Amino acid sequence: MADDIATAPVIDLDAAFQDSGVGPILEQLETELVGLRPVKRRIREIAALLLIDKLRKDVGLTSQPPTLHMSFTGNPGTGKTTVAARMADILHRLGYIRSNHLVSVTRDDLVGQYIGHTAPKTKEILKKAMGGVLFIDEAYYLYRAENERDYGQEAIEIMLQVMESRRNDLVVIMAGYADRMNQFFTSNPGFRSRIAHHIDFPDYSADELLQIAELMLKEQNYRFSPSARDAFSKYMAARMSLPHFSNARSVRNALDRARLRQAVRLFETRGHAITRDDLMTLEADEVLASRVFAAAEEAAQEN
Amino acid sequence: MRITQGTFSFLPDLTDEQIGTQIAYAQKNGWAVNIEYTDDPHPRNTYWELWGQPMFDFKDPAAVLYELAECRKVFKGRAYIRISAFDNTWGWESVRYSFIVDRPEEEPGFALERLEVDGRSQRYSTRAYSTDKPAGSRY
Repeated sequence: MADDIATAPVIDLDAAFQDSGVGPILEQLETELVGLRPVKRRIREIAALLLIDKLRKDVGLTSQPPTLHMSFTGNPGTGKTTVAARMADILHRLGYIRSNHLVSVTRDDLVGQYIGHTAPKTKEILKKAMGGVLFIDEAYYLYRAENERDYGQEAIEIMLQVMESRRNDLVVIMAGYADRMNQFFTSNPGFRSRIAHHIDFPDYSADELLQIAELMLKEQNYRFSPSARDAFSKYMAARMSLPHFSNARSVRNALDRARLRQAVRLFETRGHAITRDDLMTLEADEVLASRVFAAAEEAAQEN
Repeated sequence: MRITQGTFSFLPDLTDEQIGTQIAYAQKNGWAVNIEYTDDPHPRNTYWELWGQPMFDFKDPAAVLYELAECRKVFKGRAYIRISAFDNTWGWESVRYSFIVDRPEEEPGFALERLEVDGRSQRYSTRAYSTDKPAGSRY
């Protein structure tokens, strides 16, 4: 034993980190996803754990592989699906899953239509996802409390069994709105305990939404004029006060409508020369034309 | 008499880990992996029964090994089980390789049969002892 300690090689954490290729992917996550502090923190923690686990294994310290089933809860448009799609990539680079593939399903893909149809269907999906990540969107639909003969229960039981017995073979990520997922977990206590990571996606602040808007525009080769940027930040403030606000999805819809108006404006000024710049720029008018402003004012007056 | 067929027939039986590696190789090449079984070991019997469905869209050996375990639950020690990899690319459209992964506990072997025809001429054929019994109760 004494010999062991004397000759034990020093473990180079820095080199292991470099080798794993996790650094770039965490950086990419940082730059491409705005906000989402708790989510990024948890991903960092998981990355650190897996890296340390690998080092421990290299020096002969064995331990059970960690359970990485996750549940993402949050309001609409907070990035649950986007992060899940990245998760497969992250876990693959960390060497936790064998292949970099994500199988994305909803209730329809798991639950059958008649007796005896559900089990093979669910098993087929689980086998398809093996080696990678199974992402269940709107997972709370699996359980329908109002119908006790619903086949969803059967799918849930099969999934629980596979999640437990084959946790080295696949990672299950469930996503859904916070309140309904809570209800889902209350009626299926087995799920809550088998999922190690419950990650809550917070709502975005107004500043973050503006950043997201600019990121989205950049991806599509558009940009705001300075006045449009101010107008959009006012727009977001007004939109957030209205009902059915769904974070990044509302931003995307607003931008789509602004693009429509920009296209109309350019179309109506035909006869003039149009530059590349004109094609790229969204003006303040296109944002201010939204009926959200009027609606927000009306709502404010009513209160 | 230990019957050998297909790829790796000169090697001892593969372990599960080795089977997994072979399956991963087939999946990496985009070949559909199938599990087949039979209780008629005659070498000319090429069409074995298919277990479940052809596994075109599984990306990981774990899924095939899961099915293999299911198949073994039913047929272990009672039939031959093999894994084959089917390549559907144009011009190939055939099995790339197959190997036996499980066999009955007792393999009685084959008899040589002689049939006298046309005077002193003889025709030869082989017959598996196990096929003396009806299908389903051979091993």
